[in-house]
Amino acid sequence: MNGAKTFDWRHTPGLSVYTALIFVFFYAPLLILVIYAFNSSRLVTVWAGFSFKWFVAVANNGAIRDAATNSIIIAIVATIASTAIATAGAIALERGRLRFGRGAATALIAMPLVVPEIVVAITTLIFFSGLGMHHGLINLMIAHTVFCIPFALLPIQARLRDMGGTLEEAGRDLYADEWRLFRRVTLPLLLPAISAGAIMAFVVSLDDFLISMMVSSAGSTTLPVYIYGMMRLGVTPEVNAISTILLAVSIVFVAAALLVGRRNRFA
Amino acid sequence: MIDIQSVSKSFVTRDADPVHALNAVSLEIYDNEFFTLLGPSGCGKTTLLRLIAGFEAPSSGAIRIAGSDVAALPPQKRPVNTVFQSYALFPHMSVAENVAFGLEMQNAPKALIDERVREALEMVRLEGFATRRPAQLSGGQQQRVAVARALAPKPSVLLLDEPLSALDLKLRKGMQSELKRLQRETGITFVLVTHDQEEALAMSDRIAVMRSGDVLQVGTPRDIYDNPQDRFVADFIGESNLLPGAALGRDPAKTIVVRPEHIVVSPVSDGAKGHATGAVSAITFLGSDTLYEVVLEEGAKLHSRSRGGSALATGDRVVVDWARHLERELAN
Repeated sequence: MNGAKTFDWRHTPGLSVYTALIFVFFYAPLLILVIYAFNSSRLVTVWAGFSFKWFVAVANNGAIRDAATNSIIIAIVATIASTAIATAGAIALERGRLRFGRGAATALIAMPLVVPEIVVAITTLIFFSGLGMHHGLINLMIAHTVFCIPFALLPIQARLRDMGGTLEEAGRDLYADEWRLFRRVTLPLLLPAISAGAIMAFVVSLDDFLISMMVSSAGSTTLPVYIYGMMRLGVTPEVNAISTILLAVSIVFVAAALLVGRRNRFA
Repeated sequence: MIDIQSVSKSFVTRDADPVHALNAVSLEIYDNEFFTLLGPSGCGKTTLLRLIAGFEAPSSGAIRIAGSDVAALPPQKRPVNTVFQSYALFPHMSVAENVAFGLEMQNAPKALIDERVREALEMVRLEGFATRRPAQLSGGQQQRVAVARALAPKPSVLLLDEPLSALDLKLRKGMQSELKRLQRETGITFVLVTHDQEEALAMSDRIAVMRSGDVLQVGTPRDIYDNPQDRFVADFIGESNLLPGAALGRDPAKTIVVRPEHIVVSPVSDGAKGHATGAVSAITFLGSDTLYEVVLEEGAKLHSRSRGGSALATGDRVVVDWARHLERELAN
C-alpha cells in the first residue's frame, strides 16, 4: 500500500467530463425545444431570428386555450381532493389505532407509482365504461384525484413519522381536545409537507398524458393530449411554445415544493 | 394526591409474549411532595409516569388523582402536566405561546393567561425571552420553557420524565436546585422519573426504587441510603459492599451490606482487630478520598473509602473493620 495508488472512484480520470456529458444529454433537448419556441421561422430546425409570435399564436388558438383551461381545472380539483384524502390517510396510517397491516396499506397506496401507467390507464377506462360513466371532465377529475393521492400522501406521511407523537402528546397533556390539537399543533407542523404534496399532485396532474388520453372524450381534452394531437400533424413551433410554457410552470411548481419542504424543518 | 393501587401494565407485541412493564405496583404519593421514581432503564418508571399522565391505560389496577379515579379520563382531562424528556416544545410557537397553550385550551380569559405566562416565565427566569422561538434557545433555556409551560395551568401534579438527562453536568446541578425551589414555591406535587441515584437523593422528599416492573422500596433518601431492604437497592443507591456472610465467618444465608466510607482499613502489623483480614489489591486516588480494594482471605472483594492518603501499599496485609450499627444484614 505504501505510496502505491489504490483505487478511489473519486479520482477516476475524466469523471467531470463524463458527468458534464450526462447533463448535456439530459438537458440539451429541452434547451433546444425552448430556443426554437422563440424562432421566427415556420421550420422547426432552421433558426431565422428571435420572435414571440408562436406564443401569440398559442394564446390566440381557442382550442389550445380550452385544453389548457381543462387541464388547470382538472389539476386544481384533483389537487384539492387528493391532498385532503392523502392528509387524512397519512394521519390514519401514522397515528391511527390500527396495529397490524400498516406496511401493507402503505405499499398498496404507493403501488400506482410502480404499476405501469398504461395498465392504470386501461383499467380506469374499463372501470368508467363498465359503470356507464361518461361525464367528460368529471371522469378526468376522478381519475386524476386517484393517481395523485400517493404523490401527496408520501411526503405527508414522512413528515408525520419525522415529527413523532410527542408533540401531540404534549398538546393533549396541556388540555387540547382532538380537534384543537389538530388545528393548533398537527396541521401547522404538517403544512410544509401538505403544501409540498399538493404541489407535486398539481404538477403530476397537469403533466399526465396516458390516463388522460384514455379517459378524455371530445370536449374534455387536456393540454398534453391536445399537444399530442398537434404533433401528429408534424412538429410546429406552436408545439415548442406550448411545451415551453408547460415546462416553465412545472419547474416553478416543483422548485416551490422543494423550497417549502426545506423550510420549517425541525432543529 | 396520587393513589396507585396494584397497577399492572403489559404491552402486546407482534411476535413474542406480552411484555410486563409493571407488576401490580402500589404507591401513595402525598400532597406537596417531591417524589421520585428511580431505577435503571426498563424498570417501568416511565411507564408508570405515562399511566399517571393518561398516555397509556393500565392493564389492571386503579389510579386515583386528588381522590377521583382517573381510569376513564384522557390526558386532556387530568389535572396533571408533563415535562417531557425531549421538552416537546411546539416549534411553530413563540415561548409565550408555548407557555400560554395549556391555559388557552382551558379557555382561560385573556387577562389571566397573560398574567400567568408572565408569572411562569418569571419563575423560570426567562422574562426577556417571551417572543423567541424554541429553536433560538439553548438546551437549558428550552428546559425552563418546558417547565414553565407545564406549571402555567397550575396542575395538581407535575410529572417530570428524565428532565435533566440532556443537560451537561453543570447545568444539571443548577436545574436540580431550581426544580426543588419551584416545587417548594408552588406547592405542587412533583413526580420525577430518573435513573440517576445522585439526582434522586439530592432532590426528593421520598424515593421509590424500581426494578423490572416492581417497586422494591419506598422511603426518604436518608432511609433508603441507610436502610436498604434489598440487595439491588443497596447496590443501586450509592456504592455498597455486598459481602457473603461466610466471608466474615457469619450466617452463610445472609449478605452483609457496608458502605465503603464506613470501612476502616489498617495494617495487620498494627495489631488492630476487625471483621476480616485480607490484602490490598488496588489503591485509587480520588482527590479528597482514597479508595482501597481489598481481597479478603475467603475470596470476597470489598472497597473502602477514606479521607486523605495513608501509608498503605498494594499487597499489604490488612484488617478491615467497621462499626456494627453501620452495616445491614439482608437475606440472600
